[in-house]
Amino acid sequence: MMLRAALLTGALATVATAEERRTGYEMMSPDLRAMQDDEMSNPGMLWVAEGAALWDTPEGEAGLSCADCHGGAEQSMAGVAARYPAWDEDSGAPVDLAGRIGLCRTRHQNAGAWDRESRPLLALAAFVSRQSKGVPITPDSDPRLDPWRDTGRVLFETRMGQLNLACANCHDDHAGGHLAAATIPEAHPTGYPQYRLQWEEMGGLHRRFGNCMAGVRAEPFASGSPEYIALELFLMSRAAGLEMEAPAVRP
Amino acid sequence: MVAMVNIPETAAPGEIVEVKILISHPMETGFRTGADGKLVPRNIIHDFRCLYGGTEVFRAEIFPAIAANPFLGFFLRAVETAEVELLWTDETGEEHSERRTLTVG
Amino acid sequence: MTPRPTRRTAMALVLAGPLALRLSPASATPDTMRAALDAFTGGAAVTEGRVTLNVPLLVENGNAVPLKVSVESPMTEDEFVEEVAIFNELNPLPDVIRFRFTPASGRAAAETRIRLNGSQNVHAIARMSDGSLWSAVTDVIVTAPACAET
Ligand code: HEC
Ligand code: HEC
Repeated sequence: MMLRAALLTGALATVATAEERRTGYEMMSPDLRAMQDDEMSNPGMLWVAEGAALWDTPEGEAGLSCADCHGGAEQSMAGVAARYPAWDEDSGAPVDLAGRIGLCRTRHQNAGAWDRESRPLLALAAFVSRQSKGVPITPDSDPRLDPWRDTGRVLFETRMGQLNLACANCHDDHAGGHLAAATIPEAHPTGYPQYRLQWEEMGGLHRRFGNCMAGVRAEPFASGSPEYIALELFLMSRAAGLEMEAPAVRP
Repeated sequence: MVAMVNIPETAAPGEIVEVKILISHPMETGFRTGADGKLVPRNIIHDFRCLYGGTEVFRAEIFPAIAANPFLGFFLRAVETAEVELLWTDETGEEHSERRTLTVG
Repeated sequence: MTPRPTRRTAMALVLAGPLALRLSPASATPDTMRAALDAFTGGAAVTEGRVTLNVPLLVENGNAVPLKVSVESPMTEDEFVEEVAIFNELNPLPDVIRFRFTPASGRAAAETRIRLNGSQNVHAIARMSDGSLWSAVTDVIVTAPACAET
């Protein structure tokens, strides 16, 4: 409602285009940055702590924990989130980090699938992502991912929804400007899963995509859908070199 | 329920130390409508206490206006090596506590 | 030739409206909050001062607004802060939190994060061990995120 009102009244203000890429973190108030930076005050760290416990918990018919196969996450998972999504040979398609963890659960632990936005999956994804804190995004160079990135770019630039706006209209053309009172970020996926104050909980990047699609009155795709994986691949290559910061805090 | 606690392990006699806690809890206000269009029943942490060597040094009476996954920070004066116990209760009656030893000397 | 607005001027424009509100008189305090406040003070006189209330002037989301409060006091057995109550004007309930201190607290200070249903004043009232009441008030501008789920 708010979004439509803002657009109709021409409140979509254009401010000088940023010369350099800026993450959503850099656009937040000092108070919110402090909330993210201090591990004792960042609510996302509660999920990281839960994920750390799950990492060591045997699950499924295999009775294996993540640690049984991967050892200490500090070593084995360092930098992994910074190069996802990656190609999965078995399915012949790319998977994002949550998808990969889900596959380990069903394929290697022989346990029942978890919903993508379920608490344990978000906790494990947050824990694994945390092992890439400060690591620059380095997209996987597997050429089989390239056509997916191209699809992602097309999606990013395609107008959609009743408001007929593309992601790029806001996140390229008006980044740094305001939509009503909110600052429009450049949409860099540096901090997922993330603690969004609006959600009052942790959520994945695809949930965030869904919020923006709902904002332009478009029917969101499903979490984990090929469309969102393509968008994620494109956004990660667009954000190459920016440092990972999960679990981020955002308004 | 997960909570993260930060209390210094050691302190000098008379030193004032800071206690911080972050608790995993939705703090349902009772004013929010769920996906089914019905009001989600209220359930907040309404009482929080800090005991030091068994004596209450700090207490908070909490209302729905405290944010989800509540964060609290406060102080206590270190006088002797003793247990610091943090206790809280929500409206389902669930009680939780975290204990740390503060070594003074 | 009109100069392009810089980020700073755009920000100033955004702030112009809410800043005017900062001058609104405290008498605008809604009745329900007044009642809650009176229940806490028992109708006794409250003096402004000794209480420092820190809440950011402008927040991007009202769901978790950092709040810090501290009260000047020696915190001895003879003279300490017993309780600090925080009130808001526009949430469904006027009470936010009550901090109960003891001389063993060492310092009458606490912090938390609060929910604020829109821009408004936040009040803190401290009751000392001698029964005297002290207060501070601060206002917060709450903006909302643009894209939410529903
Ligand atoms: C039985 C052994 C096994 C268990 C248990 C297991 N994994 Fe894996 N994991 C693998 C293998 C093998 C791969 C390589 C991809 C594949 O073949 O599935 C992998 C890949 C991964 C990757 C991607 C690493 C990269 O460099 O691309 C992540 C992340 C991961 N696992 C997380 C987890 C988590 C979290 C758990 C616990 C829920 C877990 N795994 C449990 C065997 C396991
Ligand atoms: C009408 C403008 C608009 C459009 C169109 C839009 N967004 Fe957004 N987006 C925003 C705003 C504003 C935010 C900041 C959060 C808020 O306040 O809602 C945001 C936030 C984001 C973020 C979070 C960035 C961070 O720092 O974590 C991502 C990712 C994102 N958008 C992706 C997309 C994608 C993908 C699309 C297209 C499917 C899209 N957006 C379409 C306005 C838009």
